[in-house]
Formats: sequence, structure tokens, C-alpha cells
Amino acid sequence: MGTEIPVARQRWWQTWTAWILWMMLMVSVWVAIHWYNRESIMTTAQEALVSMCDERARMLQDQFAVSVNHVHALAVLISTFHYQKNPSAMDQDTFAFYTGMTAFERPLLSGVAYAQRVLHYDRENFESQQGWTIKTMKREPSPEQDEYAPVIFSQETVSYLEVLDMMSGEEDRENILRARATGKAVLTNPFRLLESNHLGVVLTFPVYRMGLPAEATVENRVEATAGYLGGAFDVESLVENLLKKLAGNQDIEVNVYDVTNISDPLIMYGAQNSEGYKPLSHVSMLDFGDPFRKHQMVCRYSQKPPIPWSAITSPSGMVVILMLVAYILYAAQKRYVMVMEDCRKMEELKVQAEAADVAKSQFLATVSHEIRTPMNGVLGMLDMLLDTDLNLTQKDYAQTAQVCGKALIALINEVLDRAKIEAGKLEIEAVPFDLRSILDDVVSLFSAKSRERGIELAAFVSDNVPQVLTGDPGRFRQIITNLVGNSVKFTDRGHIFIQVHLAEHSNMPIEGMLCSSANGKVDEVETMSGGTVFNTLSGYKAADNRNSWENFKQLLSNEASHASVSLNGLANKKYPESVNLIVSVEDTGIGIPLRAQDRVFTPFMQADSSTSRNYGGTGIGLSISKCLVELMGGRINFISKPNIGSTFTFSVVLQQCTRNAGGGPKRSLSEDLPACFNGLKALLVDERSVRSAVTKYHLQRLGISVEIAKNTKMALNALTQKNGCLMNGKLPKVLFIEKDSWNNSDVCLYDHFLERKRTGHIHEVPKVILLVISECDKAVGDSLVDMVLVKPLRASTVAVCLQQVLGIDNQPGKELPKGAVFLRSLLAGKNILVVDDNKVNLRVAAAALKKYGAKVDCAESGKEALSLLQLPHKFDACFMDVQMPEMDGFEATRQIRLMENEANEQTRLRGAHFNDSDTELPQCHLPILAMTADVIQATYEECMKCGMDGYVSKPFDEEQLYQAVAKFVASKPLQGS
Amino acid sequence: MLGMGAGRWEDDMSRLLALLFHQGVLDEHFMQLQQLQDDSSPNFVSEVISIYFRESERLLRNIRTLLADRECTDYRKIGVCLNHLMGSSSSIGANLVRNVCVAFRAASEHCNWAGCLRLLAVLEHEYCYLKNRLHELFQIEQQRVLADRVRYHPVLQ
Repeated sequence: MGTEIPVARQRWWQTWTAWILWMMLMVSVWVAIHWYNRESIMTTAQEALVSMCDERARMLQDQFAVSVNHVHALAVLISTFHYQKNPSAMDQDTFAFYTGMTAFERPLLSGVAYAQRVLHYDRENFESQQGWTIKTMKREPSPEQDEYAPVIFSQETVSYLEVLDMMSGEEDRENILRARATGKAVLTNPFRLLESNHLGVVLTFPVYRMGLPAEATVENRVEATAGYLGGAFDVESLVENLLKKLAGNQDIEVNVYDVTNISDPLIMYGAQNSEGYKPLSHVSMLDFGDPFRKHQMVCRYSQKPPIPWSAITSPSGMVVILMLVAYILYAAQKRYVMVMEDCRKMEELKVQAEAADVAKSQFLATVSHEIRTPMNGVLGMLDMLLDTDLNLTQKDYAQTAQVCGKALIALINEVLDRAKIEAGKLEIEAVPFDLRSILDDVVSLFSAKSRERGIELAAFVSDNVPQVLTGDPGRFRQIITNLVGNSVKFTDRGHIFIQVHLAEHSNMPIEGMLCSSANGKVDEVETMSGGTVFNTLSGYKAADNRNSWENFKQLLSNEASHASVSLNGLANKKYPESVNLIVSVEDTGIGIPLRAQDRVFTPFMQADSSTSRNYGGTGIGLSISKCLVELMGGRINFISKPNIGSTFTFSVVLQQCTRNAGGGPKRSLSEDLPACFNGLKALLVDERSVRSAVTKYHLQRLGISVEIAKNTKMALNALTQKNGCLMNGKLPKVLFIEKDSWNNSDVCLYDHFLERKRTGHIHEVPKVILLVISECDKAVGDSLVDMVLVKPLRASTVAVCLQQVLGIDNQPGKELPKGAVFLRSLLAGKNILVVDDNKVNLRVAAAALKKYGAKVDCAESGKEALSLLQLPHKFDACFMDVQMPEMDGFEATRQIRLMENEANEQTRLRGAHFNDSDTELPQCHLPILAMTADVIQATYEECMKCGMDGYVSKPFDEEQLYQAVAKFVASKPLQGS
Repeated sequence: MLGMGAGRWEDDMSRLLALLFHQGVLDEHFMQLQQLQDDSSPNFVSEVISIYFRESERLLRNIRTLLADRECTDYRKIGVCLNHLMGSSSSIGANLVRNVCVAFRAASEHCNWAGCLRLLAVLEHEYCYLKNRLHELFQIEQQRVLADRVRYHPVLQ
């Protein structure tokens, strides 16, 4: 708790800081984009302004120039017609008319007037000539001056100027002086014009008398001056008119200044304090042809150029987008953190769950083990109780208790198995074993039940499956027993059929099995007189139609073509190293309800709760089988149809037995089948193909060649034909008849044979063996046949049966004595050394062994044992405690073995020396059995590693002791003799 | 009357044994031990038991001295002693003692000194209980044998 809050706060702070930084970034981005937009707009506006301003200035200048040119033309006119004609060709009327008519040429000039240069000495003359006195601008008679410039001609619009001396006005005088000095048009400062009150300038142009040279000096010019032509420019209206003609008039504020005196610009046009947009303006210089005067035009926007909406919307849009992006990133990051957190929690929970699972398995293993210990006590006591003298009822009770106890132990073992598998502690052995004999064992295990219920139980192993395989027989048997046990439990009629094939030959892959369950094929149904009979083992419909005769036959023929028949598994060397088997167990029981099919392999899960009530069981078997199959590198699968049956199929990978030369392992692996039937011929009457194949398989294992006939008639025909064609051909000695194929009409069969024999067709009446399913069928043909064989068939039962029928005297089967009696016989007279540091244990063990008639010596330590076991010694066996101080059992055994090896080596050398290789030299090998209190796998392995022969758990258990002792005593004669 | 006595001894014995079995003090290995006793070794059980007691006394003494000092306790040695005791206990079928030994050994494997001390007390208690009961049993046995002898004594007949 202490650390979580700061972390949260820190995270909160981090988030907020990030947000604030991001917001600031956003604002700056907004400002930057906005500023950029504004700048670009301003630049554009500026450019537009410049171009507009320049255009206006140029036009104004052009217009002005046009007017000035015309004034120039007037000056030339006056010079020509007024001064060069004598008398003058021009008077006031002519001038007024002409100028009035040509006023359109000078739209900018309100009017023009001509003033003559009159020198003072000429004034009298001039005044008298004109008839008026020269007046000043104030309409007063002009005072005396050096020279005068009275207006003599004037346009009508400015007729008020007549007789006025232009030299009297300050502006005009200056203008006149400058004009005549330069010889060009000159302009006055802007001023208010007399009539229109508009701002305007006066243009003055000198008129020279004839013959002024181009490079005349100022004095020459002044001398040659005849008069002056003047006109008033109405600049304001001029500009007004001009601007009206141009586009964008409204937007632009135009000011025209006279900037002859830079420090004091004089406004010519426009408001003095214009209200236009100040920051943006452009100045264009104007050249009106007067070099003395400078004019300029200043343009500016009348309003601030509007900022377009886009300048705001585009950065805003950008900001919104970025905000969204940020939010998305933030949300994603938050989500990521959340998911990571969840993931971490999940991880933790997973670890916890796994730990719990392991703990559960361990608990289960421990508990099972702990239960097993007292249960062993209970069972042992029951064993002993049954040994005592009991009356029948007591015996019954005790037996029941024992059976229940054994069932409980079996269940506990299963649970323990399951737990072991889950804990990954179960290891698969790899020892050679005989698959067929295992199947026989399983079949015999369930034979009583199948007989009782009248169901067919059969096993079939393909000929191509090698006789001896390397794998874990115990586990293999467990799987099959589980499956068959299940089938037996749920099957009341029909059959249970175990098949083993090589996976290569089984052309239908396991994967496809589940899907194929739906499509039942109809064409496999044979319609027989009694109704619909399916071509399966028992004639009942099976869930997986692969096992019907059609497929079975195909499978068999496949195999037959694929490899030659090799019953002993030695002939064919083409087998690959690993053998892939497919085992299927088919039944015609109640099937598995569809809804329960997907959890069949879940432990403790039965089809439904009523199952356990009706049939018992815990439902752990299948899950164990699945685990075991997977451990053996295979897969398990099933097809099931309710009320039709189930077929469980699994594959296992086993190793080819490499030691194929030795008969040794085989002998111990499988029960010996008598070889005395080799070459025997038999005829099998069976209408069901699958069943006949199974029977044939068992008979062939005995070396009997079999022919199959569908019914008795055909069998008889076959016999007759054989007889007819091949007189010396060997007749079938035995006739097997299925009970189904046996009907009352065949009662005459025996008579028929007798008849034949009598007529000399056959020498010998074949023995007839009837195959029946259940005990109650046994009575059917008792009198008519030689023997009734109750199924399930096993090679050994068939062999026994044949021996009885044919009277062949086989060597008597080994009887397997068990228990104390046998133990006594095994141990009687044997010298046994018991090594244990624990005096009590030593004493008890010695007494227990003595009880079985052994002669017991004791040693209290490993060293003592070693000294006693110096070769040669008299002992036949040694029981060694594992945990001893100084030298423990493992070490002692190792040393004993070392000693023996040395001795053996010496013997061998000596034997080689004498070149006496014929007689097998006895090898010293003292059987050493470990005595240990904890029987765990690791201890067992260590025992084996250091050369021990077996182990017994410490307080001696009769059964275990028997097993351990029987092993070495049985193997001893083999090695000893 | 003396014949009656013999029967009484047997009754007592079986009652005592039943009690011990019921309490879990003994288990079936004791029965097996008794079965090993026959004419060739008439005192087998009492012999084994007396060896057991002798050994156990020694082992218990050892354990006690080993546990005397908390700092320098050799738990491995204790484990060895306990193993020994456990083995012999299970051989004679002293189930309860054996179980206590198992717990004791677990405690010693965890080097739990306090637990060891507590379990030592329990062990000694159980051991004493067993010892007393078995002594009682042997006394009855002796009585029975005596009674048998008396019954078959030629003089008394």
C-alpha cells in the first residue's frame, strides 16, 4: 500500500505535465501557423499595393505629360503666329476660340493664358498699345518694376486673368523666372485654385522668339524670351478622374505630395490626415517633367486587409487533429499499460494456478500413498484372515472385503498414476514384450464377464505386427485394459473387438474419424432372413463402420500384399526401427451421449451422473489412458453413437525389438504356445467374415492352417471336393463350427461323417469343435460335438482344447505355485546373509526368512558383510539394508560386485588357459536384494545401478518377498547349470 | 480354577492388544512378529522387544544429548538416530512411535530446534507408554506361561 499511492500520484503528475506541455506545443503550433498565414497575406497585399500604386503613378504621369505637350504646342503656336507674323496673326478672340476648341486636348488644365514679357522701358508703349494699364494680382495698378508679365491672351475659362501682371504673384514670378531660364515647363507649389478651390499647380511654359539655339545659355534664353504660357492644373480632379477609371478604387487611399522640400512635403491630393491603414504603404515617384520639382504618390489600403478565416481555421483544424492524435496516443498508451498490468496479473495467477496444480498433484500423490499404506495393512490382514479356518459365511465376508479393498487399491493406484503423470514423474519403460500375449491376457481378464453377458470378445493382431516389440508392456496393457474394461461395463449385447494394425496399412487416418462418424453407410448391410444384420463381429451395428467386413478385408489384403506373413517377427527385416501401431477397441454398447463426447477424456468426468450409479467407476481411466497414449507418442480418439456403440482408437509408437536373435527374452515375455499343432489343418464354419478372420488368426498362431466355409453345407462340399480331387490330400483334422452356423439341420453332420467313413471316402472323422459365446450355450450340442469351446478365444485355450480333443500329450504346463508354500520351497535350505545395522530389523528379518526354512546369517555392517562374502562363500542370497552407517548398502554391493568380477575374470582366464571353452564356467553372481523402507523410484534405480538384483520393502511382505525371491531363484538355475 | 485363570490371561492379553491396535500404538507388523515366534524360538518376541528397548533407550539418550545445546545441534546425526529408531519401530510394529519419528525427522530436516524439543517430549511419552504396555503384555504372557506350567505340573496333577 505504501508504495502504490506515490506511484499513482507520480503517474498522475506525469500525465498532467505531459498534457500541459502538449497544450503549450499546440498553442505555439497554432500561433506559428497563424503568423505564417498572416505574413503571406500581408506580402500578397503589399505586392498588390505596389503594382496598383505604380500603375496609378504611371498613368497620372502619362496624362500629365500629354497636357504638358499640348501646352508646348500652344507655345509654338503663339511664337509662330504672334511673333513671326507682322502684324500679329493672333488676337485675344482667336486665342480664346482656339484654346476653347482644343480644351479637350488638355482635360487637366482648367484654362490657359498667355502673358507677354514687358520690360519697364517698354511699359508706356505697351500700355498705350493695349489700351489698359498693367494691374497686379490684387487688381491694382502695378507699381514700377524691371519687367512685367501681363496676360494678353486668355482662354475664356480664365478670362479674369487678363491684364493681370503675372510677375506680381510670388508663385507665378518664381515660376516665370525658372521657366525662361530652363526653357521647360515648370510647376508651382500646390495651392488652392482661385475658383474651384481645388488643390492645383500652375504650369508655366516660356515662349521664345525665333532662333534660339539648342545649346543656348541662360542669358540667351532670358534675352530671347517673348512671353509665358500658363495654365492651372487641377490635380485633385485629375487624380480623382484617373482613379475612377481604375479597378480597386475603393480599397486604396492615394495621396500625392510635392516633395521638393523633403522636410515639408506639400500635399497635392488626398486628405491631409488620411485614415488609411498605416503600416502598409507604397511610395511611387512621379515625374511631371519639371526637374526642379519632385512629386510622389503614396498609396495605402483604406482598410486593414482582412485576415481570411482560413488563417484561423487551418491552424485550429491542425490543433484539433493533433489533439485527437495526442488523445489517441494517450488512450493507446493507457490501454497498453492496462493490458500489461492485466497480463502481469494473469501471469501471476497462472503461476499460482500452476503451483496449485502441482500442489494438488503432490497432495494427491501423497494422500494416495498414505492411503495405500494402511490399505496394504488391511489387505494383508485379510489375506491372513482368509488363510485361517473360517466358516463359509465368514469366508464370504472376508473375500468380499478383500475384493473391495483390492478395488480401492486399484482406484488409488489409478489416482496415483494420474497424479504422477500430471507431475511428469511417470516414465515409460522400454523393454521387449509380446503384444499378442498381452492381448490374450486382457481378453482372459474379461472373459468371465463377457461369457456371463453373452457378448463376443475378440482380439485380432495383424500378421505384420512384429512378435516382439520394445515398449512399456505394463502401460500398454493398462490402456487396453482400461478401454476394454469400459467397453465391457457398458455393453450388454453384441461384441467387443480389439484390433491391432500397423499404422501404415490402416489407410484411414485417425484424424478423419470424428467427422466420419455421422455418415453411416447402408451398403454394408446384408439383409438376411432374420432381419438386418451388420457385417461386423457380432452382427450388431458398430459406431465406426471402418471395422465392418468391407474395410477389414481391404485392410487384410493390403497387409498381405505389403509384406509376407511372418508370424515369428524375425523373417522380415524390412520393418523400420519404430513401429507405429493403431489399436482400436470397438464395442456395441450404450455409446456415449453426444453432449458428453467432448469431455470423455476429462478426469472424473462421466457421461452423466447416472452412469456412475448404474455402472460404477470413477471416470479416471480414460483420462489416464489418454495421458499414457500421449506419453507413448500416440493419440487417442473415438467415435461413438448412442445406443449403437463406441470405437476407441489409439496409436502408439513402439520400437522394433533389436535383439531379434535371442530366444531368451521371448521365452520370458510370452507364454509358450505348444508347437505340436504345426501343420495341422482345420476347417472353420462361420458365416461372419470378421469373426472367422479372428478365429483364423488365433489358429494360425498355433501353426494351424485354416480354411473357411460359410455354412456347413459348403464345408461338406469342400470336404467332398477335396476328397474327390486329391485323394492323398490331407484332410482337415478339426472342424470348428460357430454356434450361429450350427442349426438343427446340422445334427446329421456327424452321421454324415460316419457314413463317409464307412464308405471309405474319408479315413478319419474330423473332430468337431463348437464355438459358443456364453456358458449357457455349452449344453447346445454337447452330445453331437467333440468339444464345446467357450469364447473369447485365446491361442492358449484353443491349444488346451485341441490337446484334449486330439489327445496330443503336450508337456504339462507349468504350475505356478504361490504364497508361503512356494516361498518355503524356494528358500528351504538356502544360505542367506542378512545385513542390517538395526538389530531389531536384523532379528525380525532373520526370523522371517527362517520361517521359510532358510539358513540365515547376520551381519551388522557393510564391512562385516564384505568379510563374510569373501569368495568362496556359502551364501545363496543376500538381503542388504540400504541405509547403514560407515558403509551403506549401495557401496557394499558395489564392492561385492567388484570382487565377483575379479574372480570371474580370473576364472575366465584360467578357463581360456586350459582351452576349455566347451563347458560353461559358473559365473559368480550373488543375488543381492535391497531392503528399504521407502520404495521410491529413485532408490530403485540406484539399487539397480549399483548391481543389486531387486528390492523388498522393509517390513517383509509375503507377496513381495515371493516375487523378489522367485526372480533370482528362477534365474539361478539358468546361470548356475 | 487354575484352568479358568489361563483363559483369563488370554482374555486380558487380547483385550490389551485390541486396545493397543485400536489406539494405533501397534500395527499388523506386531502380529507378524508374533507369528514368527514358534517352538524353535519360544521367546522370540520378547527377545526382539528387549533388543528394541535397549537400542531405543540408547538412541533416545543420544538424541537428548544432541539436542542439549541449541547452537551446536547436529541435525544430521539426529536424523540418523531417528532413521534407526524408525526402522526398528516399524519392524516391531510400533506404529505410533514410528509416526512421531517421521514428524520428528521432518522437524530435524528443517532444523527446527523448538519443534525437535517438543517432538522429543512427545516421542519419549509415546515410547514410555509403549514400553509400559508391552511390559504389561509380557507380564501377562509370563503369567500365562506360568499358568500353563502350573496346569501341566505333574505334582499338581
